[in-house]
Amino acid sequence: MSTEIKSPLPGVFYRKPSPESAPFKNDGDSVAADDVIGLVEVMKSFHEVKAGVAGRNIRFSVDDADAIMAGQVIAEVEA
Amino acid sequence: MTLRSVLIANRGEIAVRIIRAAKALGLRTVLAHSTADKDSLPAQLADETVEIGPPAAKKSYLNIEAVVNAAKSSKADAVHPGYGFLAENAEFADAVTAAGIVFVGPSAEAIRLLGDKVMARQVAALAGVPTVPGSDGRVTDLDEALAIAARIGFPVMIKAAAGGGGRGIRIVGDAEEFARQFPQASSEAAAAFGDGGLYIEKVIERARHVEVQILGDGTDVVHCYERECSLQRRRQKVWEEAPAVGLPDDVRQRLCASAVALGRAVGYSGAGTVEYLYDDATNEFYFIEVNTRIQVEHPVTEMITGIDLVQEMLKIAGGARLSVTQDDIRIQGHAIECRINAEDPHKGFMPAPGTIERLVVPDGEGIRFDTLLFEGYAVPPFYDSLLGKLIVRGETRADCLARLREALDGLVITGIPTTIPLHAALARDASVADGRTHTRFLEPWLESDFAQLARSREDA
Repeated sequence: MSTEIKSPLPGVFYRKPSPESAPFKNDGDSVAADDVIGLVEVMKSFHEVKAGVAGRNIRFSVDDADAIMAGQVIAEVEA
Repeated sequence: MTLRSVLIANRGEIAVRIIRAAKALGLRTVLAHSTADKDSLPAQLADETVEIGPPAAKKSYLNIEAVVNAAKSSKADAVHPGYGFLAENAEFADAVTAAGIVFVGPSAEAIRLLGDKVMARQVAALAGVPTVPGSDGRVTDLDEALAIAARIGFPVMIKAAAGGGGRGIRIVGDAEEFARQFPQASSEAAAAFGDGGLYIEKVIERARHVEVQILGDGTDVVHCYERECSLQRRRQKVWEEAPAVGLPDDVRQRLCASAVALGRAVGYSGAGTVEYLYDDATNEFYFIEVNTRIQVEHPVTEMITGIDLVQEMLKIAGGARLSVTQDDIRIQGHAIECRINAEDPHKGFMPAPGTIERLVVPDGEGIRFDTLLFEGYAVPPFYDSLLGKLIVRGETRADCLARLREALDGLVITGIPTTIPLHAALARDASVADGRTHTRFLEPWLESDFAQLARSREDA
């Protein structure tokens, strides 16, 4: 069964800690609940988004630097 | 030439401010905006609008090609960059000028020269402006850097030549730490700014932030006295005043004269700000940097001098000489500006975009509210959190504070949290009233006084 991971904040979603870095997670990775899966930039400040749930085979539904709304699904994992 | 039209390459309250100033001068106004700002207040007020890209600033407000194309297609005579975004980008000023359009601000050369912190420091020193004790310029050799640090005394700051706005600064307490941090600082600066150049400055432990507003027309330079911006959180200004609190008049004269000397040394054109640290224990002031643009806090200067700085910028850009002489400019009363941000001061200043339900702006003598808000407006999450600036003038600082308390009580913004409660508490604080503040006052005050106020409010 797949579980949705939603962004608590609106803003711009980043999949990498910095432009030069590798993504926090790639499609297909397993995640722990405490794993950071991305950053949301809201009003020029950055906030970490944690998976909040353990699972495998994460699938992102937004790209790096996409604009997102609060509550939008950013990824799904198989719990 | 006389300008007939201006493109505003910015958003929010400053775009509104520039549109109003331009309209007062009879100019046609064109707003360049992102898709996120198509229903914004400046978009409603401008005569024309041009969409320049998606919400992310990198793809719109920071896209030089898109902004210059918008200016060309709308046949604008001039481009006003506001503050932030491309306002201090010399490449942008060059691109605007190359398109045969007037850049409202100093020359690209002046922006480049004063934007390099090491060069700016040298220009200041040559103009006789006191600088913070430190290295004469860039330092690359560790032994040489260590000798300088030992001479000026620890703690010292290792600063990136290409840094600014509080970025690229390390404070070190002794020689051993210095030897460890110096090479790291250089490689970090190279990675962050593409320039590993470093310089050394003494740490002024307890200082006020004062800054002098200058206006130049390329030939003549005048000052419009100083502002004080000591109340800062994370190196961002929160509350600003004009004039500075408790500055002796002879120091004020020397401070302002030094800013004019610096402006003259570079043939400055437009509005600029020379920033200083002021040590009120010794009455010494030290140059920090020059900002080659209009600043957020410019209204406090306008309130005490009666000069419209944005109109003056547009007139100078159109080729006019300064409309005022130094003798015309006098301090009348005291003004304070509170930055009202979409942040929750009770939750670690978490940004809070959202829709404005109700907006009530206080009305009265000496009260001004520069804002991008209207009822029903959805504050987008993509840009900074500034919603507006409440500016109040009084005959004395005590009058001003009393009027400010009333104005803050009358300002109502509902739908999202704002920093109004923070300002209401500051306006009632004894240390603030006595002017006993400095750049490291606000953060500990938030932890102690403000947190306690919040707790007692919850208990009640």
